[in-house]
Amino acid sequence: MAEVKILTEHYHDDNYRTVDGYLAKNGYEMLKKALKMQPTEIITLVKDAGLRGRGGAGFPTGMKWSFLPNNGEERYLLCNADEGEPCTFKDRMMMERAPHQLIEGMIISAFAVQSKKSYIYIRGEYFYAADVLRKAIKEAYDKGFLGKNILGSGFSHDLDVYCGAGAYICGEETGMISSLEGLKGQPKLKPPFPAVKGYLAKPTVVNNVETLASVIYILRDGVQEYRKNGTEKSPGTKLFSVSGDVMKPGNYEVPLGYPLKDLIEKECGGLKPGRKLKAVIPGGTSAPVLTAEEAYKATMDYECLANMKSMLGSGAITIIDDTRCMVDLLGVITHFYHHESCGQCTPCREGTGWLNKIVRSIHAGNATVNDIDTLCKVADNMKGRTICALSDAAALPVLSFVPKFRSEFEYYIREGKSQVRGISYAQMHH
Amino acid sequence: MFKLSSDGEAFVQSELKRYETKESAIIPSLYRVQKENGGWVSPDCIQYLSTLMDIPASRINEVFQFYTMFNKEPVGKFHVQVCCNVACCMAGSREMIDKLCEDYGVEEGEVTSDKRFTFTRVECLGACDKAPMMQVNETYHEGLTMDSAKKILRELK
Repeated sequence: MAEVKILTEHYHDDNYRTVDGYLAKNGYEMLKKALKMQPTEIITLVKDAGLRGRGGAGFPTGMKWSFLPNNGEERYLLCNADEGEPCTFKDRMMMERAPHQLIEGMIISAFAVQSKKSYIYIRGEYFYAADVLRKAIKEAYDKGFLGKNILGSGFSHDLDVYCGAGAYICGEETGMISSLEGLKGQPKLKPPFPAVKGYLAKPTVVNNVETLASVIYILRDGVQEYRKNGTEKSPGTKLFSVSGDVMKPGNYEVPLGYPLKDLIEKECGGLKPGRKLKAVIPGGTSAPVLTAEEAYKATMDYECLANMKSMLGSGAITIIDDTRCMVDLLGVITHFYHHESCGQCTPCREGTGWLNKIVRSIHAGNATVNDIDTLCKVADNMKGRTICALSDAAALPVLSFVPKFRSEFEYYIREGKSQVRGISYAQMHH
Repeated sequence: MFKLSSDGEAFVQSELKRYETKESAIIPSLYRVQKENGGWVSPDCIQYLSTLMDIPASRINEVFQFYTMFNKEPVGKFHVQVCCNVACCMAGSREMIDKLCEDYGVEEGEVTSDKRFTFTRVECLGACDKAPMMQVNETYHEGLTMDSAKKILRELK
């Protein structure tokens, strides 16, 4: 097996980011096709293709769209471009290299759900991508792909970019909606789900960048052809952001169900010379870590990773070799979630702090073996008790790092230094 | 007392009309204020925006406090933000920021005496395949080595 470039077919072409370059590669042809279809036909196609949300949760996109109530209320489409899950960098590449692909995918999706207004909510740090998008949106208006009566179809749509300002939690769809409404980016209780009451309490669809772009190719290739890639429950191709200890880190588009071992050894050129695989975080730092043995058996689809009690998440794969210390890495991860907790739910606000505090006390040489159990107990108590999934996202790394690499934690506590690196982290931040 | 340029005020006025609710203009307006106020937002700025936008200062302040990209303290002309999340840490970013701070004689978050630099650790900026990386003001610098990072900073104008 090898890479299958559907979304990324023309990403090597610098001109692809301009409207003319995009049109030269049959860009906006599927928009023309879509505008001649019935909106419900498009929803059915996306449902039948089995497209699942590429942002992290893997929820079926067509089903999400069909939750919108038929009550005549104005509907909004929001593109979640608040790519913040650590080690994920695919949406950034998509927006920088192919802004019109996202725009076309959004207009088609907006037409399918009959929305007149959409926003791309992009994380604040992505200044360059936001610039590229703004230029592309202007070009799309100039060509009549956006605005009133698009290509004479009678369908009108406006699209705008909204920049966040540094908050991981705004990648959670209701947190993002709060942020766009000019509030602190705190998630809201569900139900009601955004499809029923979202942005400004109006029916709202929130989809990831890659999800929206994928809609184009379902229209282009049809359900059967689209399903030729991927598995029954995870159809299509997906972008994986591979980072860490491989020779060629980067974004790779492969069919879902692709063996992780092949991705590491073929696409990414394997590990550095003389190193051995120790662990893989397969779906962003929230995803439970896999041991090398598990990783070599894994295929990159939603169901395989769920069966391994991990998750596909955003498709961010972090490769960890045998020179790395798990006690150190868990410190980095617990610090992150503590920093990013929005503070509204007690188990998360307090729990993320305690997780980090306990790992730090291990680093400082002040912990006892009992603290390992305390760490797991705190993490266990954080699961499923909060408004959003950040609390679980903080707990899951702890509940996988510790049991799977417990001897490293015990060694550090006993000897006051890392088993792998032979040093103490007492003086180190994080 | 802080005041935006006339272009800045026109920007805020247009943002107030751009979205469905005027509160959505708070974030873009804070960005503008931060830019015109030399890289940070003072309590003064919040009061000023409150009057300009006709939104209570407490309402603007809660948004301001929530987001990490709004600086609560003065920063140098170049705000050097070094990612210290997983992939960058694995590529030596913590050692890099420690060394940079040492070379410039500051702690993290401090402003150098010539007012040119502030160094801050930040969380993942989505450049993990080219770790380690730093963001200087709005610009990403990726695939750094200690030497290339120093050179980039030396050459900033």
